[in-house]
Amino acid sequence: MTVWADALIQGILLGGLYALFAAGLSLIFGIMRLVNLAHGDLIILAAFVILTVAAWLNLNPFAATLAALPIMFIVGFALQHLLLNRTLGGELLPPLLVTFGLSIIIENALLELFSADSRRLLGGSIETASIALSPDVAMGVVPLLTLASALVIILALNVIFYRTALGRAFRATSDDVEIAQLMGIDHPRIFSLAMALAFVVLTIAALYLGMHANFDPTAGPERLLYAFEAVIVGGLGSFWGTLFGGIIIGVAQTTGAQLNPEWQILAGHVAFLVVLVVKPRGLFPRATD
Amino acid sequence: MPLLETRALAAFYGDFQALYGIDTVLEAGETVAIIGANGAGKTTYLKSIAGLIRGPAESVSFDGAPIGASAAAEVMKRGIALVPEGRRLFPSLTAEENLLIGRYGRDVPGPWSLERIYALFPPIKGRRNSASMTLSGGEQQMVAIGRALISNPRVLLCDEISLGLAPIVVRALYEALRHIKAAGTSVILVEQDIVQAIKVSDRIYCFQEGRLSLSGRPGELSREQIHLAYFGT
Repeated sequence: MTVWADALIQGILLGGLYALFAAGLSLIFGIMRLVNLAHGDLIILAAFVILTVAAWLNLNPFAATLAALPIMFIVGFALQHLLLNRTLGGELLPPLLVTFGLSIIIENALLELFSADSRRLLGGSIETASIALSPDVAMGVVPLLTLASALVIILALNVIFYRTALGRAFRATSDDVEIAQLMGIDHPRIFSLAMALAFVVLTIAALYLGMHANFDPTAGPERLLYAFEAVIVGGLGSFWGTLFGGIIIGVAQTTGAQLNPEWQILAGHVAFLVVLVVKPRGLFPRATD
Repeated sequence: MPLLETRALAAFYGDFQALYGIDTVLEAGETVAIIGANGAGKTTYLKSIAGLIRGPAESVSFDGAPIGASAAAEVMKRGIALVPEGRRLFPSLTAEENLLIGRYGRDVPGPWSLERIYALFPPIKGRRNSASMTLSGGEQQMVAIGRALISNPRVLLCDEISLGLAPIVVRALYEALRHIKAAGTSVILVEQDIVQAIKVSDRIYCFQEGRLSLSGRPGELSREQIHLAYFGT
C-alpha cells in the first residue's frame, strides 16, 4: 500500500515540474495562438544560461536563476519583437516552421558551445534533503520546492491575467486582434511582453529541470512533448488546467514505473491518449474558443 | 479647418477596390450620417478612418495631421474611437472589463467616465460583472458604445448600431446618442435605417458602390433625391 502512496506523492511532485514546463507554452498559445516548437530547447538554453551564470559568478543555482531572469526576459522580448512577430497574423505554417528551425539552431549552437556532455545544476545539500512522512515515504525538498514554485507561478499568472490592465489586454488581444487595436493596444508589443513573461517562467522551469536530472543540448524535444501533453490534458487556455495536466502526466509516470520500471514514459503517454479519447478538448477547456 | 477630412480616399481588399475617391468633411461638434445600400463601402470608409485599413497618409487628416497611413492603435490614441459593426465585445472579458479596456491606449479626462457611462446606459450597470456574451444584444451594443466613449474620443465612429435590435432598444440608443452629441463629441454614423439617421444628423453623405452619390443637409434633400442616390435607379 505504501509503495502506491509513495508513487502518488512522487507523481504529484513530478507533475509540478511538468506544469512548469507547460505553463510558458500555455501562456504563449493562449495569447497569440503560437505553437512554440522551440519551447523545450529554450528550457535547455535557459538551463545552460543558469549553469554559465553560476560558474562565472560562483553562485548557487537559485541565485544564478535570479540573475538569469532579467537576461531571459530581454531575450524573450527581443526574440518575439525581432523574429516571431513577423511570422504571425497570416498562415498557420510560418510560425511552426520558424520555431522548428529555431529548435534545431538552439540545439546545435548549444552542442557547439557546451559539447554533448550531460550537465547538472549543483545545489549542494538541499539536493538530498527530504521530509519524512512515514518510515517508508519521504518527500524531497527540491521536488517540493518545484511543486510550490509551479503553484506560485500558476497563481501569479492568474492574477496577472484576471486582475491587471495588462492581463485584460492579453485576453482582449487573444480574443480579437483587430478590435484590440481599436482599444489602442499595440498588439506586437503585447505579444513581445507575453513572450518575455513566458521566458521568465521557462527559466524557472530550467532551474528545477537542472536540479532534478541531468540535461544535455539534445534534451529539449522530450521536455516539449511533456509540456504539450500537460497543456492538452489540462485544456487549452486554462492555467490551473495546465497544472492539473502536469500532475496527471507525473502521476501516470510514477505509477507506471511502480508496475514496471520500463513503463514510466509509456504510462505518461498512455494517460495523455486516454484523456484525448475521453475528453478531446482537455479536462478544463476554456468556455469560449 | 475641419476636424476630420477625407480626400480622394480609396480602399482596396486585395485586387478589389471598395472605395473610389471619397471626399468628406466633419466639423467639430457635428453629427454626420453615412447612408447607402449593402456593399456601398460604408464600413470600409469607417475602417479606413480608424486605421484598420491603411492608405496614403494624406487621404485622411485629423485636426490637421495626416493619419491615413497610421495604425489603428495610433489613431485611437489621437482621439478617434470606432464602435464596430456587430458589437465585437471581447468574450473573455466581463461587461465592465470591456468598458475598462476602452481606455487602455487613451486615458484622458473628459465628459465620460465609468460612472457616466453607467448613468447613460442604466441596464448595463446591473450586469457589469457578467460575461459579456451573456448580455442581450441591446446591452452588448450599449457596452460597445461605452467601450468607445470611455476614452473620451473627439470623434466617435458608429457602424450600424441599430442592426438586429428591437425598435425600443434602438430608440434608447439614439436617445443616448443625443447626450453624446450634447457632451461635445463629433459623430460619424453609418446607418441603413435612413429615417433614424436623418433625424439625428446635421449632414448626410450617401454612398453608392464605393462612390459618393449625394451629400447635403437633411432638410434640403428630397425623398426622391435620397432614393435615387441610395439605389441608383
